[in-house]
Amino acid sequence: MKNMIKHGLAVVDSPYDESGKKRTVVQKLLLGLTPSQYLLQAFRNPFNWILAAIFAVGIPILLGRFVFGLAWATSGSNDYPWGLFLGFGLFAMVPLSSSGFQLGTACEIFGRHDLEPIERLALLNGLLGYFFAVVYLLADLGQPWRLPYPMVVSFGPAAVLFLVAWHVATYLSVQVAEVSTAFFEWIGFPAGKRGVRRITLGLTVSGIILSTLHQGALGALFTYAPGKVHPLWYSSSFQWLHFFVSSLPGGLCMVITVSTIASKFMGWRTDRRFKEALDRCTVTLAKGACMGIATYITIKLIGIAHDNKWSYLDSGWGQWFMLEIIVGFMLPLVLMTYGVHTRKMGVIRLGAFATVFGVVLNRVNTAIITFNWKLPEREIPPWREVVISLTIFAIYIVVYRFILYRLPILYKWRQQEEEVTVTEAVTAPAAGRREASPVAVASYSKMTKLD
Amino acid sequence: MKRRNFLKACLIGGTTIAMGKTNKGWASGSFEGYPESMGVLVDTTRCIGCRSCEAACNKEQKLPEPDTSFDDKSVFEEPRRPTAKAYTVVNQYEKEKPGGPVYRKVQCNHCNEPACLTSCFVNAYTKTKEGAVIYNSKVCVGCRNCMIACPFNVPGYDYESVTNPVIKKCILCYDTRLKVGKPPACVDICPQEALTFGHRADLIKIAHERIRSNPDRYLDHVYGEKEVGGTSWLYLSGTEFDKIGFDPSLSNDPIISNVKDFLGMVPMVLSIWPALFSGIHLLSKHDSGGEGHDTESKEEEP
Repeated sequence: MKNMIKHGLAVVDSPYDESGKKRTVVQKLLLGLTPSQYLLQAFRNPFNWILAAIFAVGIPILLGRFVFGLAWATSGSNDYPWGLFLGFGLFAMVPLSSSGFQLGTACEIFGRHDLEPIERLALLNGLLGYFFAVVYLLADLGQPWRLPYPMVVSFGPAAVLFLVAWHVATYLSVQVAEVSTAFFEWIGFPAGKRGVRRITLGLTVSGIILSTLHQGALGALFTYAPGKVHPLWYSSSFQWLHFFVSSLPGGLCMVITVSTIASKFMGWRTDRRFKEALDRCTVTLAKGACMGIATYITIKLIGIAHDNKWSYLDSGWGQWFMLEIIVGFMLPLVLMTYGVHTRKMGVIRLGAFATVFGVVLNRVNTAIITFNWKLPEREIPPWREVVISLTIFAIYIVVYRFILYRLPILYKWRQQEEEVTVTEAVTAPAAGRREASPVAVASYSKMTKLD
Repeated sequence: MKRRNFLKACLIGGTTIAMGKTNKGWASGSFEGYPESMGVLVDTTRCIGCRSCEAACNKEQKLPEPDTSFDDKSVFEEPRRPTAKAYTVVNQYEKEKPGGPVYRKVQCNHCNEPACLTSCFVNAYTKTKEGAVIYNSKVCVGCRNCMIACPFNVPGYDYESVTNPVIKKCILCYDTRLKVGKPPACVDICPQEALTFGHRADLIKIAHERIRSNPDRYLDHVYGEKEVGGTSWLYLSGTEFDKIGFDPSLSNDPIISNVKDFLGMVPMVLSIWPALFSGIHLLSKHDSGGEGHDTESKEEEP
């Protein structure tokens, strides 16, 4: 892509091409290239070859799971009912996707409009993370076609999983609506976008509620197994808090990670606005993540002190636990704090990567590695299970890239720019102001100008 | 905020609070089992490891042929657990001990407040008034949360099946026997009278009576009387329970009591969050007017 732009290719960032003609959907899909050019750039990208290799092996095995059953594809263990698909796919993808609700809250609720350049990336990161968590779930469920049962056929409202199912389903639709503004811009359907903008506040608030609850609920799922999860990863009173709070830095750091990768390998797709704002936004996200990590470490220690579990630290499990806490949480806290103070972006980003690693390790530890710690044997996932997990993750990357290449996530859709500002200026402040006091009316004109 | 949005928020809040209430309803109070609940008392000092209960179960529940016959004693080399193909298994412990090996039958203990039941999001499980924990496999989605939740590692999943894999476990022969007042197949066949079928309340009395009259033979503990809120299957033993495969660390509270902290929090979040965050939204909008003392320091936590 870089070379082609050097040779005079114009990137698609508005509904009209250089000569002023309206672009068709096919042109937009092909990034403004001819089909042969498009294939050429795809073949030139070495990363595509890696993906192709993964898919060549992984897709048949993924399909095989549905043809030959779970026993063929996974360990099929009665003692470890949740393997990699859930332990990694569901439990780790969901906390890394908490970015959507956090940035939504910051921008729409707290009025941090300075974070807007990165808001859409965070929303998309949330949507895709949840979507693929559900894909992992579908691969894991014995009868995936029965997934709607808790919604329509038989209700088990006393179960934590019931809450998770409902909330993830609702939240997924909320996120589709939030991200759809970018899609409406791209496809050229401003009315749809205006409609969604109007309910943004409602969507965002429901996003916070649903996220608080189901991030916590994923932790609460393990409170059903007090004797099976290792005491250092278990806390009856704080389990949901541990999961919820660690998901906050997890999501923020995932956005830092993705934006770093995107700006490095997709520089052509970012616009000036994004490039200029990236470092500033990264610092803000890192600050937020540091607060989250500090809180997490504190409640984690409170959890240990509350049940007086200190003696467990002096064991093999304890060392593994300390590795997770130190490398995955304390080290990034130090790195990011240092990075923020000295404005060293590389250090901040390194800290963010470590946090993502820490959150994933924590979930995998809770669900698989330290699960059933009293049993003599550890479960090692068979190769097909690993390959399927990897394949689904590769599909996630491909879809992520496909959307970032096209939709106005990392860049601003031109031509509609003016219209967009007008809509926002009118709807957003008006929505906030109508029922408020005269003070609000006085600031209305100011607000419009500011926006 | 527009009036319509406000009403919408109220509506959403209201419905979700209602949902939260139902969540809580089941989790409260302490349930000590149905008064007419039946049960089985297992006297591990009488069991000789003949595995005839395994065979009877296999026949009664029409389970697939086992890999080796039920006379095969080599299965005792490794401890086994119940699976989708065998709802009950007998394990051998204390092989080197002078008193000879100790055998223990493992199957679903039919808890008074079953963890599997409370963890199931399609409500497939039912605790019947006769004490059996049965399940409706027609709604089983296959999330296997009940296997995570079961403190005794009982439910098995038939991973082998492609089109209709479901959870499988002992149902105390509910459909074929218990419903008509007959004891389960394993109890019927036991040649040693190691298994006693009866009302749970009576069995507890019998168990304590046996301990009282034979204090040297038994430990003074009836496993299952109080563990995880009480179970329909009760055990007597002459060897420490942890040496014959029991988990002595289980609390007397039912598993669901661990989850209550979270369930109690749910309605609060559902009712407080909308107002809290809509309020913050309104406040922060006014801030940007720039007339306050702190216009410069807008470093809120995102």
